[in-house]
Amino acid sequence: MLSKYIKSIGQYFIMIYETFRRMTKTSELKRLILQELDDLIISSLGIVVFISFFIGAVIAIQTALNFSNPFVPKSLIGFAARQSIILEFAPTFVAIIMAGKVGSYITSSIGTMRVSEQIDALEVMGINSLNYLVFPKIIAMFMFPFVIAISMFVGIIGAYTASVYGGFLSSEQFLTGLQEDFIPFQLFYAFLKSFVFAIILATVPSFHGYYMKGGSLEVGRAATTSFVWTSVIIIFMNYFITQLLLS
Amino acid sequence: MIKVEDLHKSFEDLEVLRGLNTVFEKGKTNLIIGQSGSGKTVFLKCLLGLFTPDKGTILYNGKAYQNFSKNEKRELSKQMGMVFQGGALFDSMTVEENVVFPLKMFTKMTKGEMKNRVQEVLDRVNLIDTNDKFPSEISGGMQKRVSIARAIVNKPNFLFCDEPNSGLDPRTASVIDNLIQEITHENDITTVINTHDMNSVFEIGENIVYLENGLKTWEGNKDTIYKTDNQKLTDFVYASNLFQKVRIAQREEL
Repeated sequence: MLSKYIKSIGQYFIMIYETFRRMTKTSELKRLILQELDDLIISSLGIVVFISFFIGAVIAIQTALNFSNPFVPKSLIGFAARQSIILEFAPTFVAIIMAGKVGSYITSSIGTMRVSEQIDALEVMGINSLNYLVFPKIIAMFMFPFVIAISMFVGIIGAYTASVYGGFLSSEQFLTGLQEDFIPFQLFYAFLKSFVFAIILATVPSFHGYYMKGGSLEVGRAATTSFVWTSVIIIFMNYFITQLLLS
Repeated sequence: MIKVEDLHKSFEDLEVLRGLNTVFEKGKTNLIIGQSGSGKTVFLKCLLGLFTPDKGTILYNGKAYQNFSKNEKRELSKQMGMVFQGGALFDSMTVEENVVFPLKMFTKMTKGEMKNRVQEVLDRVNLIDTNDKFPSEISGGMQKRVSIARAIVNKPNFLFCDEPNSGLDPRTASVIDNLIQEITHENDITTVINTHDMNSVFEIGENIVYLENGLKTWEGNKDTIYKTDNQKLTDFVYASNLFQKVRIAQREEL
């Protein structure tokens, strides 16, 4: 069992190495990267904006309802919403959502290509299939921090809307709290995390799709396994980076 | 020409190829036949470079594959065309995009030249008005023809086909067989076909290799296969009632 995991980890790093070898023709790569940007990033914006707005709103309402002590300034609602959204919700929560949406898409699309011998067809033609399939996804996912920036912005708008229009505090109080004790390094921390998560989101599902064996049923299984492992690795790396940078 | 010498390939404890020796000649349709599990697909994948043999040599036009430099291996890949069992067409691309793909990847042709060449091969495989269709929108036989068009668009020296007739009706299967044979003769290329289809054997088998448990136990052609004394091959070829009747009729004629 343990040797199986160690073998998989080794195979994963060999895959990363092979991905950057024998590059595909530049004109074709450009087309593939633009296509992946559309499939992985642009098509995810809708769900990210929707979830970010409402989670931001819920964070603000929950915080407001739990600050019943009159000695606690109401501006803390804005402060708490900002901290929750920037530090954890936007980078980590959105990454987990993306593991479900983008991760399963990557695994199933590459897995289907494996099952239908399309990957063999690429290899027979002398094309490095890993570079052709995985490299554009990695490059496209470098835009993931921009998705996170949008998520942060929309989340805070959601928190503002719910708390101000819900009658929990005034607009000035929220904005005061929002700007209170702001540490720019925390933004760096959040974006660094999202960059690491982006690489995990592009490569772990690709690994599960590329090396899958079996038929169409196994493609579904691989997508599920890929979601589980991508989430586990994101959560572990979240802990590791937080311990490294903030503690 | 492809020459195979003492080819061995195993997967963990399972020995699939056990010392194969054969020659696939240029300008001929070379068929590999054998029961399921006899090692045909593994053999074909070794020829394609998708599997590395454990032992033995494969010579392409007289030069051993293991002596090829990286660039030579890449060049060899460009000289190979492959028709996969399921077609293996890129389902996110149209028929035209599928066929133009090898040209886009490996040539410096202009868009106009590529378009002309694609039209030329699509006409050659008798595909009309399908350029903008996706593989899912055309029949299985048409998909096979697109796959053949994609395999020959780069003018390969070696054409490999893995069960090109599987899943096709006898008439379409015969069209595909004849098309492959004509392309082989027209372009004077080395064609290797992996098949279960006895119609193909009797129609286009200019050189036939029979595999049994990873070994070649018989070699001949469509004319000599009638006279074989290899009992297992006879059982394999005449397994279907139709061919048994044909055999009886032939014996009666004799």
